[in-house]
Amino acid sequence: MAAIDQSKIRNFCIVAHIDHGKSTLADRIIEKTGLLTSREMQAQVLDNMDLERERGITIKAQSVRTVYKAKDGEEYIFNLIDTPGHVDFNYEVSRSLAACDGAILVVDAAQGIEAQTLANVYLALDHNLDVFPVINKIDLPSAEPERVMEEIEDVIGLEAHDAPLISAKNGIGIEDVLEQIVEKIPAPKGNPDNPLQALIFDSVYDSYKGVIIFCRIMEGTVKKGTVIRMMATGAKEEVVEVGYFGAGQFIPCDELSAGMVGYITASIKNVKDTAVGDTVTDANRPCANPLPGYKKVQSMVYCGMYPADGAKYPDLRDALEKLQLNDASLNYEPETSIALGFGFRCGFLGLLHLEIIQERLEREYNLDLVTTAPGVIYKIHKTNGEVIELTNPSNMPDPSEIEYMEEPIVSAEIMVTTEFIGSIMELCQERRGRYLGMEYIEGTRALLKYELPLNEIIYDFFDALKSRSRGYASFDYDLKGYEQSSLVKLDILINREEVDALSFIVHADSAYERGRKMCEKLKDEIPRHLFEIPIQAAVGGKIIARETVKAMRKDVLAKCYGGDITRKKKLLEKQKEGKKRMRQIGNVEIPQKAFMSVLKLDDKK
Amino acid sequence: MIRSKQDCRTLELKPLELYLHIPFCVRKCRYCDFLSGPADVCTQDAYMEALLEELKGRSEECAEYEVDTIFIGGGTPSVVKPEWIQKVMDTIRRYYQLSPEAEITMEMNPGTVDREGLEIYCRAGINRLSIGLQSANEEELLKLGRIHTFAQFQKTYRDAVDVGFTNINVDVMSALPEQTVESWRRTLEAVLTLDPIPQHISAYSLIVEEGTPLYDMQERGTLILPDEDSERQMYTLTEELLGQYGFRRYEISNYAREGYECRHNCGYWRRREYLGLGTGAASLMKECRFTNGTGLEEYLMNPLGMRSEVQYLTEEEQMEEFMFLGLRMMEGVSEKTFREAFGRELMEVYDSVIRKNVQDGLLEITRGEPAFYRLTHRGIDLSNYVMSQFLF
Repeated sequence: MAAIDQSKIRNFCIVAHIDHGKSTLADRIIEKTGLLTSREMQAQVLDNMDLERERGITIKAQSVRTVYKAKDGEEYIFNLIDTPGHVDFNYEVSRSLAACDGAILVVDAAQGIEAQTLANVYLALDHNLDVFPVINKIDLPSAEPERVMEEIEDVIGLEAHDAPLISAKNGIGIEDVLEQIVEKIPAPKGNPDNPLQALIFDSVYDSYKGVIIFCRIMEGTVKKGTVIRMMATGAKEEVVEVGYFGAGQFIPCDELSAGMVGYITASIKNVKDTAVGDTVTDANRPCANPLPGYKKVQSMVYCGMYPADGAKYPDLRDALEKLQLNDASLNYEPETSIALGFGFRCGFLGLLHLEIIQERLEREYNLDLVTTAPGVIYKIHKTNGEVIELTNPSNMPDPSEIEYMEEPIVSAEIMVTTEFIGSIMELCQERRGRYLGMEYIEGTRALLKYELPLNEIIYDFFDALKSRSRGYASFDYDLKGYEQSSLVKLDILINREEVDALSFIVHADSAYERGRKMCEKLKDEIPRHLFEIPIQAAVGGKIIARETVKAMRKDVLAKCYGGDITRKKKLLEKQKEGKKRMRQIGNVEIPQKAFMSVLKLDDKK
Repeated sequence: MIRSKQDCRTLELKPLELYLHIPFCVRKCRYCDFLSGPADVCTQDAYMEALLEELKGRSEECAEYEVDTIFIGGGTPSVVKPEWIQKVMDTIRRYYQLSPEAEITMEMNPGTVDREGLEIYCRAGINRLSIGLQSANEEELLKLGRIHTFAQFQKTYRDAVDVGFTNINVDVMSALPEQTVESWRRTLEAVLTLDPIPQHISAYSLIVEEGTPLYDMQERGTLILPDEDSERQMYTLTEELLGQYGFRRYEISNYAREGYECRHNCGYWRRREYLGLGTGAASLMKECRFTNGTGLEEYLMNPLGMRSEVQYLTEEEQMEEFMFLGLRMMEGVSEKTFREAFGRELMEVYDSVIRKNVQDGLLEITRGEPAFYRLTHRGIDLSNYVMSQFLF
């Protein structure tokens, strides 16, 4: 295969606020371009056998290489690197951006700039990317492209007068976008003869090939047989295959050289060895320095995950192991709960990440899970000078041993139309927010700046934000640091036994309120037993709230529908099934969803 | 296709129960989720014709059986012309072996049949009536959407007795919307002071089923049901009061005077074989459960082609049924019968479940040979809780 001319490569990504049309535009770009240069056509036919073999591989990162024949008659290779769209994955976003030379900023012609638009565009500019705006959804009746252009120029300071006006949905204006990619996004630099220096921006685990590293070659060349070394983790392996990304397929090629985006496989067994942000170099001819910006991903949100059926513990362990192969930001360690038995304390980037993992465990691995209330990492300064990081409320030391506690604080930016400023400010106050300031944007909208404790926003803050602004508010946050705070551990006692899995950490001022709501909720969730069950909330051994589940008095089916025994049996089966999904604590059976009920204390009936 | 009865008599005939479903009524009650509804006379006639067709068509698979109970249920079977009941009985006699001692029950609602109709039933061979009263309180009847008054019930009951029926059941229902313990007592007393006193009383408590108008009311929060304490009082009152009048509770919701237990219903709990005919009717034959489809149109077109949900019971399923059905009977299940049916000891199969429930005071074992396992008083109240544990 002939060497590819660096000046004909464009590496870019698309940044946007959620729902502004990022994926639709990506689809259109792929559709309007080809997968191969005319020279490569031959090669693909030859590789067909390999493609067969690769069937069934799914690509996590939506990176794709396409070929565009521009108006200047030249063929350009586009490497479109998709970035995860949620604040939870900020670090991944930043690594994807580092693999690009430019970015397309998509802005909704009706909604204009939103919180994530700003966050993402600043992130792109921080990475020295050349950004050009595209105004999408111009076919909407409420579209105001002129206003949005002004907004982009005023707020972000990007030139927007020649921004393509498009409708990705209806395929309008896509040609303009393709031409601007060629014009406005710089070709990559880097010398193919220098020592290898490649940035890992993602990796997936494949059961046949091992870890597949997604990387951008900054300097040098990599090919089959090169012995590579990950500079941060130190892992060393011989390259088995290199290639690039077809649409949904891995297409092997001879080599990847400076400026190119592609994949490397080297029989690596664990994604942990190929951390996102790490630098790949040639073990025999290493580059002088790793690429800047690598950091170990830090989990922000923790919760306990337990198999509903205790016998499935090994299955859960295997499933987490497999998921971690693909998701280096997931971490877990075994823990034991008196109430729930053997399980794992898992760390996530954020609540969305938690939900994704939970859903994957349940769907892909067919596991029934009990998840405890998510919490953050608290720093406990003990009287003996020791500082511990607390991820599981059950491990909280006795209050007498605690000098003081700290909790993580985020700085949040909330974009909202002016009519909802009041209600959003109220929400932030309720969540112990500290008001930092407000900027008006274009008269009708404002950017509110707050500092909020992370533990106040991990449950349902986003939902509350949406409901109090009729869906208009948008939100972005960054971890700022730790601050001292007055925190207590709230314990729940069921039938006078403390249920460790239901304990959580809460600000002292809201302990009473939370305790009361928690007891009410549990009273509804716990079915009646043969005996009466007290439910109590306690802080430091002092009962602050109580409810009672009355004893069961009647559970009888009077009528039996003639000879329709099947119907009767179904009822009994349902009852029995229900019991299976219960956890036995002392002699009380608690339904699994009760453990999650702490999450929904704020929903108003 | 008349078979010489003499030939068959020489074989050992197995007992069989027949259930005939008549899915028509004057108007649907507000709590009813049974397969039933009003229909014009033409539809009713067509249905009855199809039912006769099904009776004939099924007779062959019943060659080795003798019918010893028949139950004509619904709906309100008394809404179809009484002549149809005559034809049904004639068809059964002609195509099936019918035991001379057979219990033949028909359900009816007050106000749907006159004396003449009752005479026809009597002549047709019906020897047991089940009359749906539900309540003696006019307001409660109205709230349930019943079509009759208490006076109409009294008239129908009188007529039935006069015509010569000597085995009559009265259905009553507690836990009705806005019912009080006192009004329930009055309903029970109204039934117990009937002259002559009925032989059998079915005392159900109302279950609000999904898809009924009462359910919708409950969802809207406009349905006022008796609180738990009142309901409990009604419940204990029932057994107490009926006991004073010589009624023995022999099943969770059924009370009878000595010797008048409903054999047909007991057959369901004892897992005797039964064949259901008509739309939606369920059957148990040769350890296989099956049900007719519920579509009326389809039934009219092909009454023999409705069988669906055919389920061959595994031995485990048979055991489960043996337990959760048998425990509905106050005398309980017999370890001997279990042994004969399955060749295993009940106590071995259900060791831990029985221990637990005996310990919780929900189940008891009678002394004597053979031993019976039965629900305690508390166990009756929590019967679903107990029964569900017997599922594998």
